[in-house]
Amino acid sequence: MPKMNLSNFEAAVLFALFTSVVLGIITKKTDRERARYAAYCFVCFIAAIFGLSWLMYLGHG
Amino acid sequence: MDQTPSMSKWLPAVVVAWIIPGGGHFLLKRPGRGGLIAASVTAMFLLGLMMRGALFSPQTGDLLTTVIYVGGFIGNLMSGLLYFMTVWLGYNQPDVAGHVHDYGTKFLVAAGLLNVLAMVDAYEIASGKKD
Repeated sequence: MPKMNLSNFEAAVLFALFTSVVLGIITKKTDRERARYAAYCFVCFIAAIFGLSWLMYLGHG
Repeated sequence: MDQTPSMSKWLPAVVVAWIIPGGGHFLLKRPGRGGLIAASVTAMFLLGLMMRGALFSPQTGDLLTTVIYVGGFIGNLMSGLLYFMTVWLGYNQPDVAGHVHDYGTKFLVAAGLLNVLAMVDAYEIASGKKD
């Protein structure tokens, strides 16, 4: 089994990608709505990653 | 009044969805959605393994220990065949310190939780609650 060394950012982006795909599939009724919702979830995940990262950076002092 | 659908309608799809991620959707003739679920859950599980994440075994003790270990074990178990193959082929690894391993452990549990969502979706399709 090959070993992967991902950074925090890479791992979080991959997590966001796969989770968004599944959330998009299970929630909406048409393929267009599913694609839009998956993209929306992914953008929200990325925004949360950057937002929380800056919050931790600034809070750490 | 909302009637409970008979078990024979949805049970095969839910069981197949558990054992083979995305399989329930294939059984219900939704191959596009099934393929995407299979790819997402399998990719997340394999990434977790390649990051040397650990699989949980059920342990009890104080409340936090029970919630983490039993919950983690159930999350792992929900990946179905991916989990069983990993254990049978000896790819499960000891829990070691480090952020990459920690992410791997979370990926392994998250793959199972995504499969639970897919199982619920398969149930709703099989019981006629959604298309």
